[in-house]
Amino acid sequence: MIVVDNLSKIYNEVVAVEEVSFTVKEGQNLVLLGTSGCGKTTTLRMINRLVEPSAGQIYINGKSILNQPAEILRRSMGYVLQNNGLFPHYTVAENIGIVPQLLGWDKKRIKTRTIELLDKLQLDAGKYLHSYPHELSGGQQQRVGLARALAADPPILLMDEPFGALDPITRLNIRQEFLYLNELKRKTIILVTHDVEEAFALGDKICLMDKGQIVQNGTPAELLFHPAQEFVRNFLHPQALLLKMKAIKFKDIWNKLDDFTDLPAANYPVIKTEQSLWDAIELLQQKKADKIVVTPETGNQKKIISSASILQALSPEN
Amino acid sequence: MNQQQNFWEFVVLQSDKLISQTLTHIGLTFASLLLAILVGVPLGILIANKKKMAGTVLGMAGILQTIPSVALLGFMIPVFGIGTVPAVAVLFLYALLPIIRNTYTGITGVNEAVRDAARGMGMTPKQILFQVEIPLALPVMLAGIRTATVINVGVATLAAYIAGGGLGEFIFGGIALNNTNMILAGAIPAALLAILLDFLLGKVQHIIPARIKSVSLLLSVVLLLSTLFYFKPVGERKLLAGFEPEFMGRTDGYLGLKSEYKLNIPSVVISDAVMYEAAYEKKLDVIGGYSTDGRLKAYNLKVLQDDKVIFPPYHAAPLVRQEVLVKHPELQNALNLLAGVIDDSTMTELNYQADYLKQTPEQVAKNFLQSKKLWREPQIGTGPTIRIGCKIFGEQYILTEMYRMLIQGHTQLKVETKTGLGGTKICFDALTNNQIDLYPEYTGTGLLVILQPAQPDIDAIMASSDKVFSYVQNQFEKKYKLTWLKPIGFNNTYALMMRREQAKALQISSISDLKNYLEKE
Repeated sequence: MIVVDNLSKIYNEVVAVEEVSFTVKEGQNLVLLGTSGCGKTTTLRMINRLVEPSAGQIYINGKSILNQPAEILRRSMGYVLQNNGLFPHYTVAENIGIVPQLLGWDKKRIKTRTIELLDKLQLDAGKYLHSYPHELSGGQQQRVGLARALAADPPILLMDEPFGALDPITRLNIRQEFLYLNELKRKTIILVTHDVEEAFALGDKICLMDKGQIVQNGTPAELLFHPAQEFVRNFLHPQALLLKMKAIKFKDIWNKLDDFTDLPAANYPVIKTEQSLWDAIELLQQKKADKIVVTPETGNQKKIISSASILQALSPEN
Repeated sequence: MNQQQNFWEFVVLQSDKLISQTLTHIGLTFASLLLAILVGVPLGILIANKKKMAGTVLGMAGILQTIPSVALLGFMIPVFGIGTVPAVAVLFLYALLPIIRNTYTGITGVNEAVRDAARGMGMTPKQILFQVEIPLALPVMLAGIRTATVINVGVATLAAYIAGGGLGEFIFGGIALNNTNMILAGAIPAALLAILLDFLLGKVQHIIPARIKSVSLLLSVVLLLSTLFYFKPVGERKLLAGFEPEFMGRTDGYLGLKSEYKLNIPSVVISDAVMYEAAYEKKLDVIGGYSTDGRLKAYNLKVLQDDKVIFPPYHAAPLVRQEVLVKHPELQNALNLLAGVIDDSTMTELNYQADYLKQTPEQVAKNFLQSKKLWREPQIGTGPTIRIGCKIFGEQYILTEMYRMLIQGHTQLKVETKTGLGGTKICFDALTNNQIDLYPEYTGTGLLVILQPAQPDIDAIMASSDKVFSYVQNQFEKKYKLTWLKPIGFNNTYALMMRREQAKALQISSISDLKNYLEKE
């Protein structure tokens, strides 16, 4: 568990980060969201002490990180940068092996781990192990960057705009892989982004920052449906509809759905209650249907909803 | 001098010397380069981390670079004396700037994201320096080393001025002797060396990052080994001689010492400018200088008698256009007032006053003429103007001043002096082209530089000053319609010289004595 307590950073009397506090539970993903200059990257860099805090404390599992040597601390955290920061004079294998080597792993163990990671990240080890970064595509480089951060299996992962330098399609693909990567399920992750959709897709919790302060810290749904300030509403507004459709699951509106009585003639697409309204709309489009059947978590009572009702469900009173 | 030597013949003939000079040259270049890397690279790294110091350090290295190399050599002599050490020191200073600057540029040019990643992964500053910054800066650093190498191969030729050796010995010897083959024998290997090293370092620079570690290692080994060339052990020696490049290549110089006297003395090549002082400071024991040089007196040196007469006589006398003498007979009388008046030691004394005590030539000339009661208040000239030329060194200035005063004091003629006409060739051409009317010339120069008779003719007259004078006088009348008036008296010839007290202690007063001393066990 990471506890950030009243953390501030002041550069020459300019306040970059002001009394920021939040907690990230083990295995949770926290996203620091905001525009450039809002202090999100500075906050992240204080956690691995690339930036020394001016005031405040950071605890990991109850111990202050400011009391241990910065290098030792950093070796226990994976760090992924926007421009991947791969060493251009190191091969893929050497890049991935950096932290394990610093930790004194033997060569065989490093090699086994490297190949394992490349497999998991869907990079052909036989092909790329001895390639140099400039021989890889942007997406491949970013995968290697992620592999390097994961190499020593650190419990914590810090990611600074990890997908920011990629084109939209590659970004989406890598993000999908990221979501389903087993390696990451157990990790406590703090991720910095300015991309609202990315924040909602990846974050268990989102910390929206502005001018060095936290504006709201909560689950994606809390930010969407209970914005703490006008700023939050405005910040999310351009993508609000999409985000809501993704945020609202059928179990949330279960009671408002009509009961479905089996009509043998009808051949409606079927969806589960933990799926979102967005999933339903995508399915309806795909099947060219106008109604969808929702199967319950427990019990036998199925429900049905039309595409028109789905849009109604997003009206303000919901 | 007449026989034109083929370049290849020269190279083959002098191959021993050529090889040793080339090795010395490489040694000089690499020794200084190694030092410059050892100092420059850490300094460059330091200022890359402490940017506040960068301006000062780069500025200072830049200023060093702007000091003319010959001047820098001059500054080094009081500190390091002559020979290897000051030469390496100067080359070291020249190599410093490109190495510091490129190290600085290379390190500061490392991608910030890479440095950030290195820190973020928990590398220590030392690990970042050696595993990230230096390997990534290496191509730029190597470019700096490459520049420094090429600069040093060029500047290393100047080491020959201060007994540092190298290909400069041939180059400057060749320039002094007007021997193109000799110049080329020095210049071509120097140029090839520069091109070769530039090419090799260029290859190294573009090597892929993975091999950079092994290549750097190889480079440092090569550098160290080649430095060793330079520090070859020096055998024990009784006396060390220093000769200027011209002396080394002349038959009436070093070659004559070897063939006529069978003199075998370990010697270094050194510039005339520092040779006398080096002898005084006991860096050298025997030097080949000029017998009337003021520094003989300043540094208390003794001229060794040339008992086998290998140095031709160089008696100074006015060389005048015949036409002028016929038109103005009074001119000859005025000029002859100086005939036989100044002997060797007197001329040395006068040169000492001008060169060492820094009196003006005019002052020296006037004081001397007054002491000989030859000086008269200049008359208001009503006659035509006599133009006097002179070569560009102190003795000639003094003589020209004396002639000016004598003509102005003893005749109605007006005088114009055209001083500083470079060397013999320029003065002589000015005279034959009616640009000047007279200048002081030396018999030996007239014989060997201007007339250049066949060797048997030279051999027949060389031993006698009188024979040389009358030969030159006759030939000049016939060929150029120029008249040699009576000699002034002194003989400004080449001479071997030693510190007076050492010569006395070793009982050496002639070159044969020196040879016998050297052969004695």
